[in-house]
Amino acid sequence: MEILMSILAGILFATGVYLLLQRQLLKIIFGTALLSHGAHLFILTMGKLNRGDPPILVEGIDEYVDPLPQALILTSIVISFGVTSFLLVLAYRAYRTNRTDNMEHLRGNDHE
Amino acid sequence: MSNLVILPILIPLLAGAMLVFWRKRLSVVRVITQLITMISLLVSSYIAYIIFQSGPIILETGGWMAPYGIILVGDGLSIALVLTTNIIAVAASFYAPGSLDKGREEHYFYTFFLILIAGVSGAFLTGDIFNLFVFFEVLLMASYGMIVLGGTKQQLRESIKYVLLNLFSSILFVITVSFLYSVTGTINMAQLSERVGQINQDGILTTIAIMFFVVFATKGALFPLYFWMPHAYIKPPAVISALFGALLTKVGVYSILRVFTLIFIGNIDYTHTLFIFLAGLTLIFGVLGALSTNNIKLIIAYNIIPAIGFMIMGIGVYTDLSIAGTVYYLVHDMIIKAALFLIVGAVAIVAGTSDLRKISGLIAHYPLLGWLFFIACITLAGIPPFSGFIGKLLLLKSAFATGHYVIAGIGLITSLLILISVIRIFVQGFWGERMTLPTGKPSITPLYIPISFLLFFSIVLGVGAEWFLPYVQQIGVDLMNPSGYVDAVLKE
Repeated sequence: MEILMSILAGILFATGVYLLLQRQLLKIIFGTALLSHGAHLFILTMGKLNRGDPPILVEGIDEYVDPLPQALILTSIVISFGVTSFLLVLAYRAYRTNRTDNMEHLRGNDHE
Repeated sequence: MSNLVILPILIPLLAGAMLVFWRKRLSVVRVITQLITMISLLVSSYIAYIIFQSGPIILETGGWMAPYGIILVGDGLSIALVLTTNIIAVAASFYAPGSLDKGREEHYFYTFFLILIAGVSGAFLTGDIFNLFVFFEVLLMASYGMIVLGGTKQQLRESIKYVLLNLFSSILFVITVSFLYSVTGTINMAQLSERVGQINQDGILTTIAIMFFVVFATKGALFPLYFWMPHAYIKPPAVISALFGALLTKVGVYSILRVFTLIFIGNIDYTHTLFIFLAGLTLIFGVLGALSTNNIKLIIAYNIIPAIGFMIMGIGVYTDLSIAGTVYYLVHDMIIKAALFLIVGAVAIVAGTSDLRKISGLIAHYPLLGWLFFIACITLAGIPPFSGFIGKLLLLKSAFATGHYVIAGIGLITSLLILISVIRIFVQGFWGERMTLPTGKPSITPLYIPISFLLFFSIVLGVGAEWFLPYVQQIGVDLMNPSGYVDAVLKE
């Protein structure tokens, strides 16, 4: 199960980086979204996926899934959700103001 | 008693959230912000007093014992930086009303500002590496809000790059934390310090260490990862540039300092030699950038980079004295960078442009501004008796003492070049032919107060070095002996 998850995370990273290197703004944003999904899956593999029962406080359970990675993922998902939505709005506004969504045209020069 | 350390985070955070409801009543919002920053400064001074009297304060949130729960740790280093942050916050809260336009102020500038302060203080105080990531995100979110505030063309253009780069390095941060968790099984910094010492897996731990370094170097604008910084920092108004220049990159440096004195000290030959090498390149390239431009804001923004180089050099040399020098330089640089950005912002307001070739003879119109800028310049370059000198002295002394002659030489030459790059603004912009001001003669009297306030601290830090040196040296000794931190947190 961990192997499968790792491969999936790898595919997400590869596609994410590929999209990040594009010129169009929207593709770049999708790239960052895929990258953060890859990161979240990656955290999941760190805590061992399938080792026992849920981490619930009951007497007599000594084989349980590590709850910490899940807490980390939850926090991280919330943050990446917020940043991605901000980035989408920012990209739309930048497109409206600068009249382009091509990163090549968004370079700018020194003395402004 | 231990609940005290959460106050520097809680006060600005709650106040920032509260101010959302009064966005149209600017006069109320301004006064509340100024009051809150001053209260926060007083509270953190009190906490600093307690910490220097009786050792670190640990707060275990929710009553969970140290390795399990989320903890906040106020030790000497953290509280010194929190105190500096709050000094800058007070100055910024008094500078903002006089320099920002009404639209920006109404669109929640003060909320973003207070949340930024909360995030920065949180990053300094947290004792848990995942929470460091969370506080990084808190301060970055506030900075995203500030960098687009106003929504001009150039701001939007640069902020996209800024947000994308920071987002990418944050993702890398999460991945690195999970790597570290899989190897050590903990995210508590004190416990990490213990376990990393126990595990004999040099290869993987050095890899993780370098990944952390890449993440923090990106946020701290170190060579070769500084390319995004100068332009993104100068496009927003001066007060926002000052906050960014003074606080954001320094959080990256603080993280490097913390992580590489507490956790990854197993393979010093490799990692810390790399630091010295990169510090040299950072010094050279940063100062070359500052010399290459005629935009006064850009000159100051590029000057952030060699300062980071000096601090990383201190971490690389890795002795009691050099770490003390880094801490001293960090505090000095936060204050002086904020002051310089504020002064240059005032210059840009009165001259109507930030192109140095179009500014001349300002000292005839604004003598006080000119002399304040002159003091800031020589403080930055490290001329005695001002504060830049003491930090550099400690750093260079320790570099010479340990035989790092090349980096010390680069440091000396860079200091001279830094002086040239900023004194050029003074010579061309303030001396020379008296220019006619395009906008009449705007009054900038309210802007003098925060600038003088910051310079006052800078001068006290230099002239009164003897008062501060024992504390700074104590911080250096504490950082070189991580067992003290570990024992305080884990209570062994």
